[in-house]
Amino acid sequence: MAGDIVEITLLSLFVSGTSTLVATAIAVPVGIALGLREVGSQRLLRNILFTLYGLPPVLAGLLVFLLLSRGGPLGFLGLLFTPLGMVIAQVVVVTPIVLGITMSVVATVEAKIKDTSVVLGADSGQLRATVMREAAAGILTAVMVGFGRAISEVGAVFIVGRHIEGQTQVLTTTIITDIEQAAYTHAIAIGIILLLIAGLVYSLLYRLQERTLQ
Amino acid sequence: MTMSLDVDGLCKSFNGRSVLRGVDLHVEQGEIFAVIGPSGAGKTTLLRIVDLLLPAEAGAITYDGREAPIEAAPRLALRRRLSMVDQNPRLFRGTVFYNVSYGLCVRGLEGPELRLRSIQALETIGLLDRLNARTTDLSAGEAQRVAFARAVVFHPDLVLLDEFTANLDPANVTILENAVREFNRATGTTVILVTHDMFQAKRLGRRIALLFDGHIVEDAPVDQFFENPRDPRTRAFVRGEIAY
Repeated sequence: MAGDIVEITLLSLFVSGTSTLVATAIAVPVGIALGLREVGSQRLLRNILFTLYGLPPVLAGLLVFLLLSRGGPLGFLGLLFTPLGMVIAQVVVVTPIVLGITMSVVATVEAKIKDTSVVLGADSGQLRATVMREAAAGILTAVMVGFGRAISEVGAVFIVGRHIEGQTQVLTTTIITDIEQAAYTHAIAIGIILLLIAGLVYSLLYRLQERTLQ
Repeated sequence: MTMSLDVDGLCKSFNGRSVLRGVDLHVEQGEIFAVIGPSGAGKTTLLRIVDLLLPAEAGAITYDGREAPIEAAPRLALRRRLSMVDQNPRLFRGTVFYNVSYGLCVRGLEGPELRLRSIQALETIGLLDRLNARTTDLSAGEAQRVAFARAVVFHPDLVLLDEFTANLDPANVTILENAVREFNRATGTTVILVTHDMFQAKRLGRRIALLFDGHIVEDAPVDQFFENPRDPRTRAFVRGEIAY
């Protein structure tokens, strides 16, 4: 039982951590470009993004399920019911959140910071790096919120992973199946582990955020 | 290390309100040129257009006889020959060293030379002991001095100073004015100073122009400007009859 819990916990960390990292790699550069208004059709993009904020994880799971299923366009990859498939589903859920917060944070970096960077001779890449540095604390918040969404998410990983014993069991789906089997003590224990992981990751990110604020 | 500037018929308006209405100006290489005028006369707008931060609506500006290029690379090269300090500079998050070395870093300088030039720039404004201080720990006067060091450390050809000592105490004003004089003497860099402080313009400028109601009313050497102004509006301004 303890061995199972360790395995489930590690897989949860892998799926949520990897999906948050991938979502961050996609969302931060795009969020900066949108925040700096370097991309056209801003209003349309923002509306799409804000709609995706509310994307139900079960819908994201369904879309990824259809993409990865044998008859789907990416079925040949054989990723359905695998941890990598679950990562893809969570990337779909987390990316709009990290992107939207990054965009808002960058847009609120004072225009004067951007002007100062330009006046001192920065090119467009250097300007983006400077804005990112100034907005680092806010971007870290975006990552924290994204990770929080990923680690607590259940719908998408359940649909794409199917909670297969020893293969795709994660903490949240384990709680669901525990409840179905009336194993409440086990479910509570898993819930406490989930909270401890969230607390640990958030305290690490918070320390990092404090350092960037100095 | 220096630059001449010609402004010809420059016009700019905001929301239908005309701010600059045909400004003409010639600034010689290596001189400290002061532009004075009441608040709202268009002084800051003029500097922001010269610094390529704002587009002009009409007129031309030439830098060493050449207009600013439109293509990105040569425009960046020109921009890197200019620098500006305003009355409320925003320092970047981090240390004084990070701020002062910023302009050198974006120009690709690194290693011991980067450090040496940053230290030299801080020495000129008397803040070497604050090299590793966080910018959040600086007083307003210190922050302004750091902003000046940051703006000149890469030896621009033209420095634009926009009310750069407004709201500072006399000690910091003196330090900054001395730094401007010394920097101009040592490098020959052209300086355009915009201020509504006539006395500062007199202390620093070799020539002075009065910008009034979107026009350059008069442009003359310091002595002539104050002792024998030609235009009645200049006389009124010098005598303090125009509120500023």
